[in-house]
Amino acid sequence: MIGQLIMTGIVAGSIYALVALAMSLTYKSSEVANFAQGEMAMFSTYVAFVMLATYQLPFWVAFGGSLLFAFLLGLFLHLAIIRRAKDPNVLNLLIITLGFQVFLYGLAGWKWGSEQRVLKIPVSQTETVEFAGLIISQLNLATILVAILLMISVYILLRFTKLGLAIKATQQNETAAKINGIPTRRIVAITFGISSVIGAVAGILMAPITTLDPNMMIEPLLKGFAAAVLGGFNSLAGVVCGAFILGIVESLFGFYISTEFKSIVAFLIIVIVLYFKPSGLFGTHYTRKV
Amino acid sequence: MKQPMLNIKNIETYYDRILALKGISLSIENGSVTAVLGNNGAGKTTILQTVIGLLDDQPEKGSIFFQGRDITGKETVDIVKMGIGYVPEGREVFQELSVLENLMAGGYMHNSASAKETIEKVYRYFPVLKERQKQMAGTLSGGEQQMLAISRALMNRPQLLFLDEPSLGLSPLLVDQLFDIIHQIAKDGLTVLLVEQNANKALAIADYGYILENGRFVASGTVEQLKRDEDVQEFYLGIKAEESVRATQRYKRKRRWN
Repeated sequence: MIGQLIMTGIVAGSIYALVALAMSLTYKSSEVANFAQGEMAMFSTYVAFVMLATYQLPFWVAFGGSLLFAFLLGLFLHLAIIRRAKDPNVLNLLIITLGFQVFLYGLAGWKWGSEQRVLKIPVSQTETVEFAGLIISQLNLATILVAILLMISVYILLRFTKLGLAIKATQQNETAAKINGIPTRRIVAITFGISSVIGAVAGILMAPITTLDPNMMIEPLLKGFAAAVLGGFNSLAGVVCGAFILGIVESLFGFYISTEFKSIVAFLIIVIVLYFKPSGLFGTHYTRKV
Repeated sequence: MKQPMLNIKNIETYYDRILALKGISLSIENGSVTAVLGNNGAGKTTILQTVIGLLDDQPEKGSIFFQGRDITGKETVDIVKMGIGYVPEGREVFQELSVLENLMAGGYMHNSASAKETIEKVYRYFPVLKERQKQMAGTLSGGEQQMLAISRALMNRPQLLFLDEPSLGLSPLLVDQLFDIIHQIAKDGLTVLLVEQNANKALAIADYGYILENGRFVASGTVEQLKRDEDVQEFYLGIKAEESVRATQRYKRKRRWN
């Protein structure tokens, strides 16, 4: 039984991990937690839905189109909105992302209404796979696999490519990156794009589990945020671990203690972590030496 | 007449609302080492930051030419691309990247094969970095971080190198070693603009010197000329000439009108 519960936790954790990863990437680049991340993912998921349902395109085309849209949306957020801010400080930028969130939320509600829709995907939710004595639906298995694949891609990007090096350099010290000829503004914009793509994947994986409506990403966003806080916002490996821990704890809490109060676990975790270890479980805090 | 490598003409720069540079002109000959000396807050770093384009919308007045091309008000990235390397005050290495990654980031504008070639050249100046290439830059000692910062700037194969206070916070022994290497790098053909508080060290390797006080140059010339100047001897080289309180007053009076 406990194995099955942990499996459920891992499925939820993979979604949280993607959201947390996306938030952490942009946070490290711009020192802003992008609260529009969830709605950007929701909106991108709707784009996939429109391509599938209205234009009858094959799933993979819709999937790719949605990710492309997400990338452009991320670029747009940075180039057209965040960068235009005059004398920006962290609080201003945070409020800008909240504003963008409300904008997208309203736009989606106006365009597609608040009714719940079904995103058709090529894996089944009812057929199951048996794996080491555990039963898991095809959809959940796909969720875990896609999430892990994406995390590995992000790892490879950051660890082995020139773009990744430029992203890390910009995140750590923007002035120093600039004087080494790294076009930091372009790099930050690309980071926003990548984050948005990761969020969109989370949205598309999330939609069949719950339903597709404008509210779908609000809870996963908060959970992903909690996971990022738990793991330590500035450590990518940390936020992924935090997400899986959160997913598993939540699942166990729901079964053994109370299903209704399952959602408070995440917020309890935020409070406890900020109280005892503000840098998170795996976060490090570098103070700059003068 | 030969064109100077860098030609700064009468720049004025505001730092917030303070006029930090009050009309600075400076020209750097090809292949020379030029030192700018001055106390804390004189505006030495501001000169470098203005030239490299790190201060938004500055300079307020004046113009800057690099190899005959106007670079006033250009983007930092474009200026760096033209061939100016900058080693900032306080090193500013990428703390959570390895030494090798720091160097690769320095060579961002070149393809990785040619960057790797340059790394080998840079390691010849600083062999200790090769031993530490897998180590995180944040765990290096202050001297090693300074060496890394210089190497990182060399990775872009600049024609002109700005060094901002390389001696800051280092032991005298390390400063000696570091200046020997900087001297060697300059002898190998790189033009250097060195900003320093440590006047003795800086003048030992420089060809030309400028003395900056409160945003203005108060003296300039070849190193021999500066070393003969009584005021420079007294206030920058620490060679005591007369009773210092009175001398300071006299000096201040004299300088006020510059």
